[in-house]
Amino acid sequence: MSKGKTMAEKILSRASGEDAEAGDIVVAEVDVAMVHDITGPITVQRLKEMEVDRVWDPSKIVVLFDHQVPADSVEAAENHKMMREFVREQGIEHFYDVREGVCHQVLPEKGHVRPGDVIVGADSHTCTHGALGAFATGIGSTDMAAVFATGKLWFRVPETYRVEIVGELPEGVYAKDVVLKVTGEVGADGATYMAIEYHGEVVENMSVSDRMCLCNMAIEMGAKTGLVPPDEKTLRYVRKRAGDEGRPVQPDPDARYEAELRLDVSNLDPQVAKPSSPDNVVPVHEVEGTAVDQVFIGSCTNGRLNDLRVAAEILEGEEVHDDVRLIVIPASREVYSRALREGIIETLHEAGAIICPPTCGPCLGGHMGVLAEGERCLATSNRNFPGRMGHRESEVYLASPATAAASAIEGEITDPRRYL
Amino acid sequence: MREVIRGRVWVFGDNIDTDQIIPGRYLTTQDPEELAKHVMEGADPEFPEKVREGDIIVAGRNFGCGSSREHAPIALKAAGIACVVAESFARIFYRNAVNLGLPLITCPGVADAFETGHEAEVRLTEGVIRNLTTGEELEAKPLPEFMMRILEAGGLVELIREHGPEALEG
Repeated sequence: MSKGKTMAEKILSRASGEDAEAGDIVVAEVDVAMVHDITGPITVQRLKEMEVDRVWDPSKIVVLFDHQVPADSVEAAENHKMMREFVREQGIEHFYDVREGVCHQVLPEKGHVRPGDVIVGADSHTCTHGALGAFATGIGSTDMAAVFATGKLWFRVPETYRVEIVGELPEGVYAKDVVLKVTGEVGADGATYMAIEYHGEVVENMSVSDRMCLCNMAIEMGAKTGLVPPDEKTLRYVRKRAGDEGRPVQPDPDARYEAELRLDVSNLDPQVAKPSSPDNVVPVHEVEGTAVDQVFIGSCTNGRLNDLRVAAEILEGEEVHDDVRLIVIPASREVYSRALREGIIETLHEAGAIICPPTCGPCLGGHMGVLAEGERCLATSNRNFPGRMGHRESEVYLASPATAAASAIEGEITDPRRYL
Repeated sequence: MREVIRGRVWVFGDNIDTDQIIPGRYLTTQDPEELAKHVMEGADPEFPEKVREGDIIVAGRNFGCGSSREHAPIALKAAGIACVVAESFARIFYRNAVNLGLPLITCPGVADAFETGHEAEVRLTEGVIRNLTTGEELEAKPLPEFMMRILEAGGLVELIREHGPEALEG
């Protein structure tokens, strides 16, 4: 029997001190634990119920506000206030208040993500950080309280789904189109309990930002995490942000995979996920002409500088359709600053976009940009469940920032290649 | 934890995500009673009015997919749901429910074996689901022993209060 290990097996072996393989249950040391303004309050409540007075290590906890920022209600403001008090009382060293942005962009930017780390976040899209070769997964608030108390958590070591992306990405087709295609192929529960390891020349050629977009949607296939083997690009990013290279691991050539998917993207069209599941994916031409009331460019999937840049290139000198609200949200303060300096914000603003401060925004339907009954939004975010962005009878389509920008101009779902 | 649970069944389909269990606009509160007023509203707006203490949810594949929000199992438990039986569960929801002491069990074929209004009997450790209305009996996959320990304690908070923070290593 092969003794080769996947990335997930190697990282969890290191973190648990055991020779772990898929299916084992291990107790692993956690390197970084993150909560935000929605999941933090329950975590603090559970910690009290557990009768734990002090967190295990205030230097390894990150508290961040991104879901309802700036506070949109008295309840949200109370949650923020309570969490600020917790941060002070416990001496939490890494606290990012309402101005910094979406957790899954801020964590890597601020150097909290390194290859080989075990990262848990009380947010399902924590899997994004696997783009830098970390084992990163979303957990609930009660599990997080146990982590805050002990610095450890039990994990079932996941089987791994190997996804290889080959060929060459055509013009007008992006990482988001690739991950939508993969989600369509694997299915909404096709990778449940597994890790997804991304391989192939297309992934190797992708920027760190694009790899984050790939790993971000691992949860939409039921996966525990997404992972990209670290390379020079990863290490350059991490050295700059974290000051060292972490503990990078590569999968063994004879690692055992539970399932494999090989996808040649050389002829891939822009992809769109139709309501009401992220795996309901079709090529853009099948939904072209579908009218939209709102377009949202942002989120932990596609709110990065390269995403805003692509949107600005398409919207430059154009005008957002009269019947469309275009909401653009840079994923972080840093992304916002850089987009300002590059003139991207000005271009988008002049085209008619509403630019909002860094936040999760409309993605979760609890804050700004909420949809009315019967309305339809094309979004660059990651979920289009029934009623996700507002009224139960509203619809969300998912696509790339390029498709979103072109659709905002036309007022209906549009193939972005017409604007390139 | 009750070993045998009997109750009235509500049937739901595949991919009931956490937005349907508790929509995003209610996440500012952590109050279980408040959350229960909106439970499953995204799937059936009248559900909070109709559900009664001790009812059982039967669902298709991938129940609880999506967000890590613990508000979802909190709302179900506070609404009086005694157990969730599904063809399969999403990973984070599965852990969250057990951590809160909400019993759940995986049972292939269960969605077709029940209709809303039927009576069910769930035998958690044996892994047997019976439709008391039709007499049909199905084989379920009980929780792994490790997670059963958490459920038996009433949840992770109770387990840690009883055995200390290192309880999970034993």
